[in-house]
Amino acid sequence: MTEEYQQFVHKQVSSLVFGLLPPNMIKKMAAAKIVTPELYDKEGYPVDGGLMDIRLGVIDPGLRCKTCGGKLKECIGHFGYIELARPIIHFKFVDIVYNLLRATCFDCGRGLMQQADIDKWTARLIKIEQDQGLEERRDKTKEILVELKKTQKCPHCKAQQPKVVFEKPTTFLENEKRISPIEIRTRLEKIPDQDLELLGMKQPFVRPEWMVLTVMPIPPVTMRPSITLETGERSEDDLTHKLGDIVRINQRLFENINAGAPEIIIEDLWDLLQYHVTTFFDNEVPQVPPARHRSGQPLKTITARIKSKEGRIRHNLAGKRTNFSARTVISPDPLIELNEVGVPNVVAMKLTVPERVTEWNKDYLLNYVKLGPTKYPGANYIVRPDGKKKKITDETKEQLLEEIQPGYLVERHLIDGDIAIFNRQPSLHKMSMMCHRIRVLPGKTFRLNPAVCHPYNADFDGDEMNLHVPQTEEARAEAETLMMVQTQLISPRYGLAIIGCTQDAVSGNYLLTKYGEYPRQDAIDLLFKIGADDTMMSRLPHKKTVTGREIFSALLPDEFSFSGTALDGTKVEIVNGQLVEGHMDLATLGGEGKGMMLRKFNKDYGGAKTLVLIGMLMKLGIFTLQKEGLTTALSDTDLPQETQDAIDEILVKANETVEDYIQKYRKGELEPLPGRNIKDTVELEIIKTLNRARNEIGKLAAKSVAPRGGSVVMINSGARGKSINLALIAACVGQQALRGKRIERGYTDRTLSSFKRNDLGTAAHGFVKQGYSQGMTPQEFFFMAMTGRDALMDTALRTPKSGYLYRRLANALQDLRVEYDHSVRDAAGRIVEFLYGDDGIDVSKSEKGKIDVTKIMEMAR
Amino acid sequence: MDKLFAEYKDKLPKIILDELQEKIPAKAGEARIRKILDAAVNEYNASLVEPGESVGLITAESIGEPGTQMTLNMFHLAGVSEMNVTTGLPRIIEILDGKKEISTPMMEIYLKKPYKDGKGIRELALRIKEIKLGETVQEFVLSVAEGKIEIILDPKKLEALHVDVDTIAKTLTKQVKGIQLKAKDNTIVVNTKKESINEVYKMKEKLKDTFVSGIKDITHVLPVKRGEEFIIITAGSNLAEVLLLDEVDDSRTISNDIFEVQKVLGIEAAREVIIKEVYKVIEDQGLNVDIRHIMLVASTMCFSGTIKGITRYGVVSEKGSVLARASFETPIKHIIDASMLGEEDQLTSVIENVMLNQPVPAGTGMTGLVVKEVVKEKKKD
Repeated sequence: MTEEYQQFVHKQVSSLVFGLLPPNMIKKMAAAKIVTPELYDKEGYPVDGGLMDIRLGVIDPGLRCKTCGGKLKECIGHFGYIELARPIIHFKFVDIVYNLLRATCFDCGRGLMQQADIDKWTARLIKIEQDQGLEERRDKTKEILVELKKTQKCPHCKAQQPKVVFEKPTTFLENEKRISPIEIRTRLEKIPDQDLELLGMKQPFVRPEWMVLTVMPIPPVTMRPSITLETGERSEDDLTHKLGDIVRINQRLFENINAGAPEIIIEDLWDLLQYHVTTFFDNEVPQVPPARHRSGQPLKTITARIKSKEGRIRHNLAGKRTNFSARTVISPDPLIELNEVGVPNVVAMKLTVPERVTEWNKDYLLNYVKLGPTKYPGANYIVRPDGKKKKITDETKEQLLEEIQPGYLVERHLIDGDIAIFNRQPSLHKMSMMCHRIRVLPGKTFRLNPAVCHPYNADFDGDEMNLHVPQTEEARAEAETLMMVQTQLISPRYGLAIIGCTQDAVSGNYLLTKYGEYPRQDAIDLLFKIGADDTMMSRLPHKKTVTGREIFSALLPDEFSFSGTALDGTKVEIVNGQLVEGHMDLATLGGEGKGMMLRKFNKDYGGAKTLVLIGMLMKLGIFTLQKEGLTTALSDTDLPQETQDAIDEILVKANETVEDYIQKYRKGELEPLPGRNIKDTVELEIIKTLNRARNEIGKLAAKSVAPRGGSVVMINSGARGKSINLALIAACVGQQALRGKRIERGYTDRTLSSFKRNDLGTAAHGFVKQGYSQGMTPQEFFFMAMTGRDALMDTALRTPKSGYLYRRLANALQDLRVEYDHSVRDAAGRIVEFLYGDDGIDVSKSEKGKIDVTKIMEMAR
Repeated sequence: MDKLFAEYKDKLPKIILDELQEKIPAKAGEARIRKILDAAVNEYNASLVEPGESVGLITAESIGEPGTQMTLNMFHLAGVSEMNVTTGLPRIIEILDGKKEISTPMMEIYLKKPYKDGKGIRELALRIKEIKLGETVQEFVLSVAEGKIEIILDPKKLEALHVDVDTIAKTLTKQVKGIQLKAKDNTIVVNTKKESINEVYKMKEKLKDTFVSGIKDITHVLPVKRGEEFIIITAGSNLAEVLLLDEVDDSRTISNDIFEVQKVLGIEAAREVIIKEVYKVIEDQGLNVDIRHIMLVASTMCFSGTIKGITRYGVVSEKGSVLARASFETPIKHIIDASMLGEEDQLTSVIENVMLNQPVPAGTGMTGLVVKEVVKEKKKD
């Protein structure tokens, strides 16, 4: 950062350094020395020198901190310290202490290596750090430690090294005698600075003896606030409890030492102090009984506060909470635009947007203030230039209206056109948070256009969504240019439209463009209803009756051309804004990477126009259906008698083939497939036969249902369902497969007790003959329940697995970004790819990851 | 025309140039070609990524989001009904973890002529397959008193597997120590010099499991037709040795074991295998993910020169920032390790700036904006 603009940045952390706290620093930074385990005196006032000492900060309203003079919420708290009667090993460093004890001489404290070697390796470690980074250096240090530990005799003072044994959790033995922490500390003190680099420690950040505590910092009270129960009783934080134990035992130890108590008593107290300090830092140490509340529930101490998903780092630091947000149930409204969100009145009156008063907008803003917080559209607060916030109430209103002048902020209610960020969890991709414009509507739900359901993966069976209102001009500008729905139409995952027509809109447009024919008046009606403008209206030909295609074409600009295929493989041709051939369906209008016409339109005309078109097409489809009517009925799946007979025949035949295979298998005449035994072979052949039969039936059924039935329209347009679903209902459900095989589990040699042993037949292994409309036999039902449960299990197991994979990927890749030379680099500036994707193309600006050369050639004509 | 294209070499990626060269009719005039090429350059420049784009996160989203839709089906019949292969989510996890031992190693062996056309392919396949003594034996006769084992080989199987008694005898003497053996016709008599029944039995089991011929670790072979030519698909993988065979087209033969490929063919080849394998799974599942995302993941795993998994021991441990590592897994360990070396966190990546409520160095946060306020003195009237 150059000096020139340093002056504009008020505060910025440029780096953080990690290290250990030296004892003298602990004392220096402490605001108080803690000497008594008592918390409050009789009046309930914090005791001086107690754990709630007001020099450590305040948690009671009304009290003032003795150190900084701040009140509650002003004072962030101050550390204290206690002097430990005897040194205590810090549990988190026992492994390091153990390594040091074995890698250094017990007598002279030098690293167990020749001086020349020490110099050589230290230099090498520093070189490794420079060349390969700290991680490699740590690995190398580990190797060196292993070598050092093998040395028996000190090369410096020639002392023979005794074997140090580590007994979990915090005891060290030498020659089967315990080394006291005092002794350990003196040994660590003896290690000279020059040897520390070799042992994996750097000056001046660490001295090994700091790992054995002589003084202990006491965290500020603000870090461990007590809560007052309804009964007026105070309930202290877990950390306070633990610290109380430490101080109490520490005092007892002091007294006993001063009184000259027997060694055994002192040792016992010392061990107890060690236990309390250990559990203060980590209450989940193996082989140490966790400290518990009286209720038996374990205390949550320092380690538990930091680690895991609910810990400080992931919960409070990497994840933040926010104001100016709302959450409620969502419901659909196809009549609002795609980039709008319907916000209920109640919400619009709670959430606010700050607006700065200027000479020019003063009157406009005063109108909001006049209405106040209870009438819409009003304002809730004003903020004075000095930052003081004033609530607008009936009492204060008059005075505030007088007071307001340029420079003030008015926090006014949300109005139509304000910007908000809309979100649905799980936020799996960036389209899960998009920017919408607000439409204040009556009701109590958020309204959204059903076309944007897909990027959010939302439906309306009770889903709730969140709304955030950006509070600064920068945030609004960024949200608007980067997150607005129209900028998110093309998925960066595959470079195709992700937002498009859905559901009824697809089948409506399908019917319209395939069969539609209306009197001109009706067509004008329809266009008027969807909000078509004059130019669009004028595109409607002057005929008595117009076709659906002509109505559809009215929405397209005159120069727009497109050619593609429909779902059923027929050609779709749009020439100069006229749909001349084919019909619309999911393949041209859909989202989810399907609507090719929308993709083309977006490329030619940009997101904003595409968005409007999708909105109109949605309405066009829906209103067409309102005219035509579309429903689904069981009769849609009725099959004519001859089809029914044909299906039965296929089934009988398949059964015969299967029986044939079984006979062959029983007789041992079956020729095994390569790499398989006979049992597998017969199973494979049976599955093949049955699947073939089912597919045949499916085709037959799909062919012979009425083509204008509601279900069929939905299937053919791609709006909902597949022809397989139709076959399942109308004709035959087919083989139930469990882990890629026919159903084999159950009783000895049979699946259910209603079958004969070793029955290999179709029915006995989960082939469901009927369709859903004919119903199932109890056996068939049971088999279906088995596969159904298997599918449920699969989903339940998959979600956490893929979630973890996602988390790991996101964590590993979050720093990668494209630089100005189009290389991809990580946070340290190391080059990951020289050119993003080997060609530098942004997927969301490409068409399915490609640049269409043919189109360029046509354009350059 | 070639000269014209050479002019645009630095302006367009090779793939697009090649496609253009192919599609532009040969008789097109220079002006026309230039017009097309200029249009292509414009189109290309408009499609470039914005600097500052968080491509890493977009990649993570693009793979993570469809992950929820992938099936957990461990086994899938990979086009060939005879062999099982791990696919779906478990396979992706396996690759991205950088697991050394994969659950179903496989190879695709491409062949030279005439094997390519299917001639003698079965014989070749059987020669590649690892054969253990047990597979060639008709009967073991144990003579406990003398400590001898008589191995009666099955002549039919020997013929099918293309091994003869002498080679078996030779490999046995080479591989099993402390035995003497005599080969005669189709029987091999082994003198174990052991006395107890147990030891003789153990020796028999050992002999049974002895590798006789073929290539180690290749447990199944399967000749199949892929497109126009015949290839051999194997279960089990031993790339180094297979590539040495004369009949094998060593430029195309590949294994699905990334670590083996790295050892034999190098890191770039390993990256290609990662891309290919992940893409195959995603395509299999009917999902749509652009290959650039998979390439970026593979690059991240390989750019240090060795394969690093997307785990706390791999890619994440490489990060420079203490807080970034701590926010992933095992935070306390990272903080303690950092304090030992007085590590300095330069706050250059995303997450630690989120923690400190500072602008993140990516996207719009990457640039600085300087506003110099010019305070004009207001004239009072």
